Amino acid sequence: MFADDFQPTVRRSLLSILIDPINKQLSAVNGLVLDGIGCQKAYRQLFSGVTVSLRAGQGLHVAGSNGSGKTTLLKIIAGLSNDYQGSIGWRCSDELNHVIDKSDLLYLGHLTGVKSLLTPLENLSWWVSLCLPAYPIGSDEITQALQQIGLNSELNTPCHFLSAGQQRRVALARLLLSQQRVWILDEPFTALDHLGISQIENCIKRHQSSGGMVIMTSHQVVSNVELINLNLADYQQRPN
Amino acid sequence: MLVSANENFSSYRVFTAILFRDLTVYFRYRGSWINPLFFILVVITLFSLGFGADSQALRVYSPSIIWVTALLAVLLSLDSLFKTDFDDGSLEQLILSSQSLYLSVLAKILAHWFVTGLPIVLATPLISLILGVSFEVLPEVSLGLLLGTGILSFIGAIGASLTVSLASGGLLLSLLSMPLYVPAMIFGVQYLQDAIAGWPLVPSLSMLIGLLLAAVVLSPLAIMAGLKLSVEA
Amino acid sequence: MPNWQWFHRLGSPKWLLITLDRWLPWVLGLAFLTLLLSLIWGLAFTPPDYKQGDVFRIIYIHVPAAVVALAAYYAMAIAGAIAIIWRMKVADMVLRSIAPVGAVLTFIALFTGAIWGKPTWGTYWVWQDARLTSMLILFFLYLGIIALHDAFNGSASGQRAAAIMSLVGTVNIPIIYKSVDWWASLHQPASIKFTEESTIALEMFQPLMIAIPGFYLFCLAAVMLNMKVQIAHNSRNNSWMIEHAKIDS
Repeated sequence: MFADDFQPTVRRSLLSILIDPINKQLSAVNGLVLDGIGCQKAYRQLFSGVTVSLRAGQGLHVAGSNGSGKTTLLKIIAGLSNDYQGSIGWRCSDELNHVIDKSDLLYLGHLTGVKSLLTPLENLSWWVSLCLPAYPIGSDEITQALQQIGLNSELNTPCHFLSAGQQRRVALARLLLSQQRVWILDEPFTALDHLGISQIENCIKRHQSSGGMVIMTSHQVVSNVELINLNLADYQQRPN
Repeated sequence: MLVSANENFSSYRVFTAILFRDLTVYFRYRGSWINPLFFILVVITLFSLGFGADSQALRVYSPSIIWVTALLAVLLSLDSLFKTDFDDGSLEQLILSSQSLYLSVLAKILAHWFVTGLPIVLATPLISLILGVSFEVLPEVSLGLLLGTGILSFIGAIGASLTVSLASGGLLLSLLSMPLYVPAMIFGVQYLQDAIAGWPLVPSLSMLIGLLLAAVVLSPLAIMAGLKLSVEA
Repeated sequence: MPNWQWFHRLGSPKWLLITLDRWLPWVLGLAFLTLLLSLIWGLAFTPPDYKQGDVFRIIYIHVPAAVVALAAYYAMAIAGAIAIIWRMKVADMVLRSIAPVGAVLTFIALFTGAIWGKPTWGTYWVWQDARLTSMLILFFLYLGIIALHDAFNGSASGQRAAAIMSLVGTVNIPIIYKSVDWWASLHQPASIKFTEESTIALEMFQPLMIAIPGFYLFCLAAVMLNMKVQIAHNSRNNSWMIEHAKIDS
């Protein structure tokens, strides 16, 4: 239980001693290799043998019907679930690591982590302190990001007064501030209108063109972003 | 060296961010800190009524009554410690933060103690008044409750982290925590008895402090593991 | 080069089931033999105690049950640690199989202790005795772990939750024991003497030395039986399990 916490910490502190901070970019994640990933849940094989590799700037669209294990696969890739077969490798310059440096990962799950008692501004500030603590992002940038995603008058309204789409936007505003190279997005377009969807698609495109990776699921057709398609139906075991 | 200093600063930033965010949430929902306080006062009142006119017996049994009610108040409030974060997905963000989960857990429990344990400690004069405990030992009794509610919060949080993903984990949380509470219960009651009787406090006080330190240092390890398995499913 | 094949085979439920089937009759038979021998010897052929009379004979149930109940807890915690560290499904099955056996043994120890207490101490229960109280807490811990494991409906999370809880309990049992012990030393009522150093006669001791291994073997056999149930339940949809069940019936 310590191993997965310990390794990145040690690596980071070794790096900070050995390499000077400017060269730190060199070690940033630039590829993902999934090798034979399989998952069993409640004595049923969800999928097995998922093998795919991604380079910097590429994106992966995980498709499949309800209950095919899309969310489970995303959780496995994010490191939230350790109950799987096969191996995950994150390419950092030349080496393959089994764990990703958590400061390089943005995970937006089905549950977004937006507190309904807090305002959009408070929610986003909290996330910035939690996931980007080393970056000097002030309240001006945070306000700007929220305005950009379409929340102008609601900045100081507790989130439980907002609509489902607006709450989703509070969570998605993180993408505008993100410094992480890997985005894992579980159904990001849920409850969004057309304008919102195209805004997020543009955001993903910008991220890819600057060398970031995206792994996402979506029931909507993602037309404007180039993504590698991975259909989990191809990896299901036939019942014997 | 510059980088490591910066990293220390970011752990501090995460700690305070979680602490103040949780406190803000608790204060926006007033019931989170009023209800435990209200609970302990109601139960102690019921005990006093149950003893009838026998105020002597009430005074004799007051250490046990104070401890059992404080234990129940903390235990009932612990159900919500990680629950809202689990329900809205903040827990996943907490676990995926690059900063130490150990410190995040400490911050969350500390914030929770501020709104459940501290009000109980501050209500000591009222509790003493109802149970007929002399006001001369008020500082000692308050100190005992201060240490005690801390121990109860940290140990109970283990059970809370293990049951957070269950739909009805409240009763199971009590079942799991009760056996672990035995040492705290024994030394806590011992301390209050010594305090009220005016006996030397050093032995039982040092045991309470020792238990608190052990709970603060060790329980986050189990809590971290508990939270990680809860988001897995 | 050590042969690690058995270790990898442990991951195969089919191999495990066949191995359990092969060993179970021997363990069960040996357990019954030793238990029968020790009980007949202890109940019929050992001279009565000069102070307690025939009442003392309950130690041939009480002492082994208590010893094995505590040992089973630690075996369960070790299985829990293995389940967490190496993520072995078998370790979890061991944990879940030991828990109910340990709980029953703890209950037997408590029950026989109470029966023994009445004629010797004059009361069924003494709170100030560290052994009694920690046995009771052990019983609650066992029940809590079973309840926690089952609350997750067989998911991997529940298995790890139970394993973590068993490890937390391992840290706590000695603290509980010492705290009750310390507390008792302050409150010990003068009328009851229960921490008297027992100098047990050799003739009474010999059957006990057979009863303890007997209980260990019986516990092992019960755990093996439980494991068979676990395997059958977990692999109930697999074709080999269905075949296996047909052969058995």
